[in-house]
Amino acid sequence: MNIIVCIKQVPDTNEVKLDPVKGTLIRDGVPSIINPDDKAGLEAALRLKDQCNAHVAVVSMGPPQADAAIREALAMGADEGYLVSDRAFGGADTWATSSTIASAIRKIGNYDLIITGRQAIDGDTAQVGPQISEHLHLPNVSYAEDIKLDGDFLIIKRQYEDRHHMVKVKMPCLITALAELNPPRYMTPGGIMDAYKKEVHLITRKDLDIDDGNIGLAGSPTRVFKSFTKPLKGKGTVVNLDPQESVEFLVEKLKEKHIL
Amino acid sequence: MSLSDHKGIFVIAQQVDNKIMGVSYELVGEAKKLASHLGCEVTAVLLGSGVEDLCDSLAERGADNVIVVDDPALKDYETESYTHGVSEVIKAKKPEIVLFGATAIGRDLAPRVSARLHTGLVADCTKLDIQENTNLLMMTRPAFGGNIMATILSPDHRPQMATVRPGVMKKQEAQKGAKAKVENFAINDFSSHKSYEILEIVKKVIGRMDVQDAKVLISGGRGMGGPENFPMLEELANLMGGTFSASRAAVDAGWVEKDRQVGQTGKTVRPNLYVACGISGAIQHLAGMEDSEVIVAINKDPSAPIFEVADYGIVGDVFKILPLFTEEVKKIMEQKA
Repeated sequence: MNIIVCIKQVPDTNEVKLDPVKGTLIRDGVPSIINPDDKAGLEAALRLKDQCNAHVAVVSMGPPQADAAIREALAMGADEGYLVSDRAFGGADTWATSSTIASAIRKIGNYDLIITGRQAIDGDTAQVGPQISEHLHLPNVSYAEDIKLDGDFLIIKRQYEDRHHMVKVKMPCLITALAELNPPRYMTPGGIMDAYKKEVHLITRKDLDIDDGNIGLAGSPTRVFKSFTKPLKGKGTVVNLDPQESVEFLVEKLKEKHIL
Repeated sequence: MSLSDHKGIFVIAQQVDNKIMGVSYELVGEAKKLASHLGCEVTAVLLGSGVEDLCDSLAERGADNVIVVDDPALKDYETESYTHGVSEVIKAKKPEIVLFGATAIGRDLAPRVSARLHTGLVADCTKLDIQENTNLLMMTRPAFGGNIMATILSPDHRPQMATVRPGVMKKQEAQKGAKAKVENFAINDFSSHKSYEILEIVKKVIGRMDVQDAKVLISGGRGMGGPENFPMLEELANLMGGTFSASRAAVDAGWVEKDRQVGQTGKTVRPNLYVACGISGAIQHLAGMEDSEVIVAINKDPSAPIFEVADYGIVGDVFKILPLFTEEVKKIMEQKA
């Protein structure tokens, strides 16, 4: 069984702070991590490897620094790593990103299962996984909470807001994983050593059989018109009183507002 | 074909168990506003099995037309059947704009449709406008965990598509008796489009009000100290006819179920009253609740960012203040009764 896991290197958005004066993002010193949903997907793949000796390849599209994320995945136990990186891929929206990754996956070939995270914490779109599967004409099951192997099929617990579906899907297929799926394992010391000995395969523009109109900025139907920090709602009244007085203040205000 | 051949705003009306989801009414209401700028009609697209009865409710919320795709294969949501249905309708009718709810269904369906039709898709929008002069749809969404907002256009591809967060747009008042033009859109051989089999559907037992439906939310964060202190919040919430919610910190710590979470990966809420107890107010959290009518914050740290958005900030010990406040509320409610 051959599994391809798509991972993205993202800034840890929990560590991103706003510059209170300029209203801009402070990105300096923000650690880069493997996107949490992707890491859970990688863990799911590694469990299938433990179970049935599956071969696990990781693919990441990004700048050269994304090599670090791929090495981390190798250190956790992935067998092979591919970095999809070229200036020509820059400025891609989800459509162009997914068509580029789909093309890279076609080139790698020979897969039974593709796993992506549900969404990345920097963009939160949840689009790239389902779009990759569409480009590859594969079934997809999103929001996977649990995965079991059943011959040529997978039995997946697919999460919705108020229910889940137990779904049986034939491979090859794509699933998108939730961070809740599996707590990811740690890298092992031996794994870290091996990870740096392994070659990370580089896939660039010239390796892909794809139109220029389907990659990068030119291949992106959407355009960012502007970005801005959201002005916060104005500050109200803050009091620092003893508990009884605080409650009296609050009750009075909520009565004024006809809430109490 | 030229871009101007595409006309009208389509809303993909989501039903589950043959009940229309609230977000679909919100989208019809929003589409109506956009349509008045564009001078076009609003069409709801309804997929399901035996769903024709639902058309009137969409009309009452502002839909001029309803396109119904009714097939036994569409009884429960399955990615490929729904993708096929929606894509065929869009190909035939050529709308200018298509809106989906950013739900667990919409966020699966919309990206597949966008890839199939080779058009742009903007996720989880919180604001939609029409750009002057160009009449393009301006789709605004939070990114970077709510740290920044981006306004995105899809200038050269049609339809312009967006998923929209539930709870953000306002429903129109229902116009009782309003009727829409209903069209049954037939697609042959649906069953061959299934990409997986649904073995079982397990509904969660929901004993509590959804945080997005509550008019009053009493919300707890890390400062609540542990799961044992959340019943205190629930007690107050029940008194006020609301429910309790939580910040990501409390959910990540395993104190509270994920479905209670307000903020970035949780839910966007706008109750009449939001009481933040022991929540410092990470930007992701603020993005999820700052449109609440009245915000009260109780926190012992006077520099907590939550105070920047609170109408009434109380610096102090939540474990002392909350029980006293609950007692007061109890008295007031008894007097009213």
